Amino acid sequence: MLAYLIRRILSGFLIIVLVSIAVYALFWYGPKSPALELCRRDTNNRCSPEKLAQYEERLGYNNPIYVEYAKWAKGIFTGREIMIGARPYDCDAPCLGLSYRDRTQVTEQLKDRFPVTLSLAVGAAALYLLIGVAVGVWSARRRGTWVDRSLVASTLVFSSVPYYLVALLSMLLLTISTNVFPRVAYHPFFDNPFKWFTGLLLVWLVLGIYGSTSYTRFARGSMIEALSEDYVRTAKAKGLPPRVVTMRHALRAALVPVVTIFGIDFAFLLGGTVFTEKIFSLEGIGKWGVEATYIKDLPVVQATSLVLAVAVVMANIVVDIAYSWLDPRVRLQ
Amino acid sequence: MTDTSPGSSTAAAGRPVEADEPFLVVENLTVRFPTADGLVQAVTDLSYSVELGKTVGIVGESGSGKSVSSMAVLGLHDAKSSRITGSIRVGGVEVVDLSESRMRKLRGNQVAMIFQDALAALHPFYKVGAQLAEAYLVHHPEASKRDARRRAIEMLDRVGIPHPDQRVDDFPHQFSGGMRQRAMIAMGLINDPSLLIADEPTTALDVTVQAQILDLLNDLQREFNSAVVIITHDLGVIAEMADHVLVMYGGRAVEYGAVKDILTHPEMPYTWGLLSSVPDVSSDTDARLIPIPGNPPSLLLPPPGCPFHPRCAHVEKVPADLCTTQLPDLEAARSGEGHLKRCHLADPETIYLSEVLPEIAPELIEEATS
Repeated sequence: MLAYLIRRILSGFLIIVLVSIAVYALFWYGPKSPALELCRRDTNNRCSPEKLAQYEERLGYNNPIYVEYAKWAKGIFTGREIMIGARPYDCDAPCLGLSYRDRTQVTEQLKDRFPVTLSLAVGAAALYLLIGVAVGVWSARRRGTWVDRSLVASTLVFSSVPYYLVALLSMLLLTISTNVFPRVAYHPFFDNPFKWFTGLLLVWLVLGIYGSTSYTRFARGSMIEALSEDYVRTAKAKGLPPRVVTMRHALRAALVPVVTIFGIDFAFLLGGTVFTEKIFSLEGIGKWGVEATYIKDLPVVQATSLVLAVAVVMANIVVDIAYSWLDPRVRLQ
Repeated sequence: MTDTSPGSSTAAAGRPVEADEPFLVVENLTVRFPTADGLVQAVTDLSYSVELGKTVGIVGESGSGKSVSSMAVLGLHDAKSSRITGSIRVGGVEVVDLSESRMRKLRGNQVAMIFQDALAALHPFYKVGAQLAEAYLVHHPEASKRDARRRAIEMLDRVGIPHPDQRVDDFPHQFSGGMRQRAMIAMGLINDPSLLIADEPTTALDVTVQAQILDLLNDLQREFNSAVVIITHDLGVIAEMADHVLVMYGGRAVEYGAVKDILTHPEMPYTWGLLSSVPDVSSDTDARLIPIPGNPPSLLLPPPGCPFHPRCAHVEKVPADLCTTQLPDLEAARSGEGHLKRCHLADPETIYLSEVLPEIAPELIEEATS
């Protein structure tokens, strides 16, 4: 088990390195130089060729890619000094570079922004897993009845409405034109857990309920399959009460595929919930990453890609561990 | 629901009513499943009984209603999707329409079921011992977890699992096929049931393991003196295990009797067909293995008259199209006490000896006629 974990973490580390190289290369060999973007912004769109050359030189675009990549990678462990424009900027370890836009340290921004996205993701994911599984199980046990049919139908209808519409409307109707929910805002959990909770409540509900529709259908299908298994019939034949048959025998088996999907979904949530952050004006990493991509802010894009890569890799490891815990036939070695 | 069978009264009256009736009494049991395509007539007007210490074997092909009727004894059919009429009495308690909570007290306790394919019937995620202990605890709420575990080990030992104190912590997939079936039997017997229903308990096993499991079941029955219903399509299993045999076809009983009578003097062409299709490794190589032509009858639209007539080779021996128009009664056969058959043939014994037996087991003719 330990050896397996170490191997998985090492291979996960390799994946993260490869992702960072890929993102770097994309910028390096991309059609438009990031230096041009920066130069234009600094000079109010009067970027002369000489000025551009200066910027390219300073940002290191004249050096071979591996030299620059090595510098960037070394900065993560030791910190470094970065020249932008005329003066040097400090970048402390773990240094992910400076944002081209405002010369702030990417790591500092990440520290501010990641908790926003993390809070969003944890609340929403917990909600959609709970709602999805609970409603799915409930629906599966009443398979074929009007309750089941109308639940399935409503999840389909609801998930056919575009997410941004749902999010926008709920914000307008529930926080701006009425005061049903408190204004959406992010307060750090450790400053004031209550404000943290109330500030994000609506966002969690919107994202959680919307996300739960696909989980409802998925959990329902998985549960119907489990309920028809021979071992569920055995459990009934033992004289176990229906609650035990459903929860301990059927649900346990039905959860395995749900957990797999959930792990990957959660990882993507951690990579940033762009619509949600944008609509509710939350400074999370999703919005940050998209905006940085527009202005070719390489260090920021690199950092957000890394967050997603780490999240996906970790989610996969956690899912595998959860698997072996749920299903003893899957032995980790 | 209207009862279309004229055989019902005969079947019920065929057995004398005793003061202390057998442990399991099934009377005029009818199971229907309403579906979008129509009413599935899974079991029609079935009656049989099993005494403590005795074994009844139910034989028939897939869809003959043998499993459906036994699941009804445990009340395992969903009340919403099935209609059950008639009477099933377990230890004097009527279980048709019994409340779910009272039914639960019987299940796994007084009546236990052993399913075929133990790999699928045991939960893959729980340890064998935990599954046994769960079965014990649900009917012994006063027992501690440690007691239940001890009981599980004891039962695993009893059914011949080596090192039961270690294997109790294994998962089902770590057991061999035979061991899984033994564990399944241990789970069925953990609450000392008075009635054990074994649904094709040896189907998924190879022949040597099959013989061991049947021996085990025989031993355990002697030890616990329980009533046993064994469901199978294998007449070899019947010969080994049963005291009485119930042959089912198209949801109905078509022949019933002591195992010796049914195997040596069968009077219903379907039973002949079953006997003709049993391979016998020790017999004459000239003996032919004759399959029953055709397919099992539709349970949505059962054929009129005798349900077996479309596949029966002896229809023309019955006058006046009786086979195609009128359902034969389940009535007393010629050989043996309590031997019942559902067939219009006037002299089935002669036909069996002159036409059927020479084809399948010529060496037995002398024995049968003597």
